[in-house]
Amino acid sequence: MLDWSPLLLTFKLACVTTLILVLLAIPIAYWLAYTKSSLKPVMETLVSMPLVLPPTVIGFYLLLAFSPGNAVGAWLDQWLGIRLIFSFPGLVLGSIIYSLPFMVQPIQSGFSGLSPSLKEAAYVLGKTRWTTIFRVLLPNIKPALLTGIVLSFAHTVGEFGVVLMIGGNIPGKTKVASIAVYDEVEALNYSTANTYSLILFACTFILLLLIYGINGGYFKKIIR
Amino acid sequence: MIELALQKDLNSGNGSIRLQANLNLEKGSILTLYGASGVGKTSTLRMLAGLMTPDRGKIVVHDEVWFDSERKINKSPQKRKVGFMFQDYALFPNMTVKQNLEFALKPGQDQKIVSELIEIIALEELQNLKPTTLSGGQKQRVALARSLVNQPEVLLLDEPLSALDLAMRQKLQTYIQRVHKKYKPTIILISHDVGEIIKLSQFICKIENGQVHPPEDPSQFFTTNTISGKFQFTAEILHIVKEDIVYVVSLLVGHTVTKIVAQASDIENLSIGDKVIIAAKAFNPIIYKIK
Repeated sequence: MLDWSPLLLTFKLACVTTLILVLLAIPIAYWLAYTKSSLKPVMETLVSMPLVLPPTVIGFYLLLAFSPGNAVGAWLDQWLGIRLIFSFPGLVLGSIIYSLPFMVQPIQSGFSGLSPSLKEAAYVLGKTRWTTIFRVLLPNIKPALLTGIVLSFAHTVGEFGVVLMIGGNIPGKTKVASIAVYDEVEALNYSTANTYSLILFACTFILLLLIYGINGGYFKKIIR
Repeated sequence: MIELALQKDLNSGNGSIRLQANLNLEKGSILTLYGASGVGKTSTLRMLAGLMTPDRGKIVVHDEVWFDSERKINKSPQKRKVGFMFQDYALFPNMTVKQNLEFALKPGQDQKIVSELIEIIALEELQNLKPTTLSGGQKQRVALARSLVNQPEVLLLDEPLSALDLAMRQKLQTYIQRVHKKYKPTIILISHDVGEIIKLSQFICKIENGQVHPPEDPSQFFTTNTISGKFQFTAEILHIVKEDIVYVVSLLVGHTVTKIVAQASDIENLSIGDKVIIAAKAFNPIIYKIK
């Protein structure tokens, strides 16, 4: 009988990560798209770092930072009672950092692609910055939002290095599907590894097909 | 009364220029800003709307200070009672025509103005369409209507009638006149079209080398008092051809193309696109009735 817990954990992790990322990435992307600050290149670099850094490097530093033997980790443990390493919240934090560019970049280019006069027109009509963001800017970058959401979700489903470093391999707690595949191969259980792999393969295929289909307007044509 | 005294260093394609505008304008009048591109016409409108901050100066509209560099007053665009019609219309693509107008309503404002504007600017058939499905002329009508919804004291129109064919232009001119008559906003617009300027505006300010000239009467501006002619028109040069020893100049007068003969010395300083005056002295026109 197949152990479903790694798969369930993977999708739970991906859902939580994506949800937090949407809330986090919209203000960052907005700031990056419209700022004239000289800090912009620094911020852009930081956001993009997870794209090029080996996931193990991110995982390693997170592990160091949050281990209870360290200042930050000890403080969190003592004062807030949170232990981030080898735990689900730790996985979420690692995934947020790891998938941040996949959410920020599409939304940022969505904002930049809008004519600046849309924002100015809303301001001249007396609308506040919040009203402008929620009623004018965001509704007009829906494809970018969808791309960000699906890419971050799929990317989190597919991560391996970061979760292995910070989460370890605790069944039912931090053992996600990608690690389960590795585990089963190590144990020479090829058929179980194959089942996990096939499920992941199918899910990511469907997800990506969905965004390309929706953003390309193919579904509208079929429905009509 | 609108008082403008502004200074702003602008970096345009032709290097940097210092824009200086000193201007007083009666409430409810229509003024055109006229000048070559890149001299600061749009920037002047943007500073009035609060979308660009002047380096120093003052903007006072109906005794209300909108900007004063000395007293560090700079009202945000939201707090200035302006309507702005952007060159690219800036209609919100996610809303229908009617929703675009409704979005512009002030909190608690009577909805009635939306249907009123839809009627005046003849948008009934378009009101449930999204902007992407509209033609350029239709978009401009919607943009004009939307800029009037919250009943601005000052209406700024950035080249409202460019990119429109002749029939559309005349139609939109009529709409602008109609809304001006009804709501009486002070209108400042940018235009290059002589006929349009004379038809629509009471004053014209030329902007040259960053300097905004004092307002003048448009028909006086485009003619000059140095020529006394019985017949005098402003025209635009369309074409100059050499035929034997003379030149034939094709001209656009109003909406009619006409040709006149000129000597080499006459056309020395003229090139295609120039605005000129053609005048005739000492001749008697004959009037015919056409059936």
